[in-house]
Amino acid sequence: MLAKRIIPCLDIKNGQTVKGVKFVEIKEVGDPVELGALYAEQGADELVFLDITASHEGRKTFVDLVKRIARNINIPFTVGGGISELSDADALLNAGADKISVNSSAVRNPQLINDLALNFGSQFVVAAIDAKHQQGDDWVVTVNGGRIPTDKKLFSWAKECEDRGAGEILFTSMDHDGVKQGFANEALAKLSDELNIPIIASGGAGAMEHFKDVFTVGKADAGLAASIFHFKEIPIPELKRYLVGEGIPIRI
Amino acid sequence: MDEKLGVASDSGRQAPDFKGSQRIVIIKYNAGNIRSVNNALLRLGYEAEVTADPEKIMQADKVIFPGVGEASTTMAYLRETGLDQLIVNLKQPVLGICLGMQLMCSYSEEGKVECLNIFDEKVRKFQLPQSNNENIKIPHMGWNKITNVQSPLFDESLEGEYVYFVHSFYVALGEDTAATTDYIQPYSSALQKGNFYATQFHPEKSGSVGERILANFLKL
Repeated sequence: MLAKRIIPCLDIKNGQTVKGVKFVEIKEVGDPVELGALYAEQGADELVFLDITASHEGRKTFVDLVKRIARNINIPFTVGGGISELSDADALLNAGADKISVNSSAVRNPQLINDLALNFGSQFVVAAIDAKHQQGDDWVVTVNGGRIPTDKKLFSWAKECEDRGAGEILFTSMDHDGVKQGFANEALAKLSDELNIPIIASGGAGAMEHFKDVFTVGKADAGLAASIFHFKEIPIPELKRYLVGEGIPIRI
Repeated sequence: MDEKLGVASDSGRQAPDFKGSQRIVIIKYNAGNIRSVNNALLRLGYEAEVTADPEKIMQADKVIFPGVGEASTTMAYLRETGLDQLIVNLKQPVLGICLGMQLMCSYSEEGKVECLNIFDEKVRKFQLPQSNNENIKIPHMGWNKITNVQSPLFDESLEGEYVYFVHSFYVALGEDTAATTDYIQPYSSALQKGNFYATQFHPEKSGSVGERILANFLKL
């Protein structure tokens, strides 16, 4: 049986790992390659490296860091931040990235997803979506780290990403991110029911039970978190043993 | 064109102590993930050459045939370059990975293309079950178990271990099955016939388990 994935996310600024609380206050927590290798040894199933400053400062991504990651880490990893054209993705592929994630740039230019999928395959393309809850089923997609609301809605945009060739959806609830009260399970379950590609849940992990809930109630394929791993609030081996005990298919 | 990819470590982690003098070749062709395989070998302390030079491939002690891509365009490229005939006639241990494994079969539904016919198996597209209550997705992406392992590629300790998969096409169980994985139905996650070895999963991305499998291949 396919295992549910636990994915630490390393936000990168100036080559260092950082985690912003609700993307605003930022605090450094270490070298991305060392931290990534440590997570891999502890049982992380994949890693995500996001160049969080890239989109709003218009910077290109961090190819040299990606090369170091690829040489030293033996599990799959996704890189994102500031990928707005094919040449950005091509450089990251050549540096050794297994997948790239696109967020604001795909909202502005949806054709980018088609172009990436055609050139590199859907398995290489993760559509990252940040959204804010309005009411009921209404979630508005935001860009630039949650700062700017758009005219797109979560469910229709996620479906469009799939139709355009995205291989996975990484959904971050801006209402849950940094709050540590659990994931946006209702919206996640709806995404999982409506789409045929894997859903990575992000935003809200604060306790081990939240991962159990996101895999059962939220029907997510993978759970992503940052600060609870970086600050050792929840060690990955302990989390995975707990989930196995709860009957969730998990790689130990 | 030949290409020697760089040294393993520039991050302050310990540089590998290169092992032995065996010549390992990674076949260079129009497919992705070649660098990933090379990086994995470097982490194990082996140096490989990425090349399409027929002489070098024929004289190598071990040949790795990786691949991420689309079957019919890749097969067309192998035929144009003559790599198709070269690969089927190799006598040393050959390891096909992912698309590499599928191209070593007789036929692929992806682009409806005749392949290398090393393994007498057809490659088929996964079909979602009629009532998809478990929210099964295609591609099969993530970590799944290998069972019934039966090849020098695997030692007993690898039975039931998790490895990393990304694929939408599969090979059914057959006489060359060397490992079985269950996704929608049990299928061949590894094949072996004589000197030809193949994995549907990515050992180069499968953590320490994958490294043990690559090490087993390099020890053949």
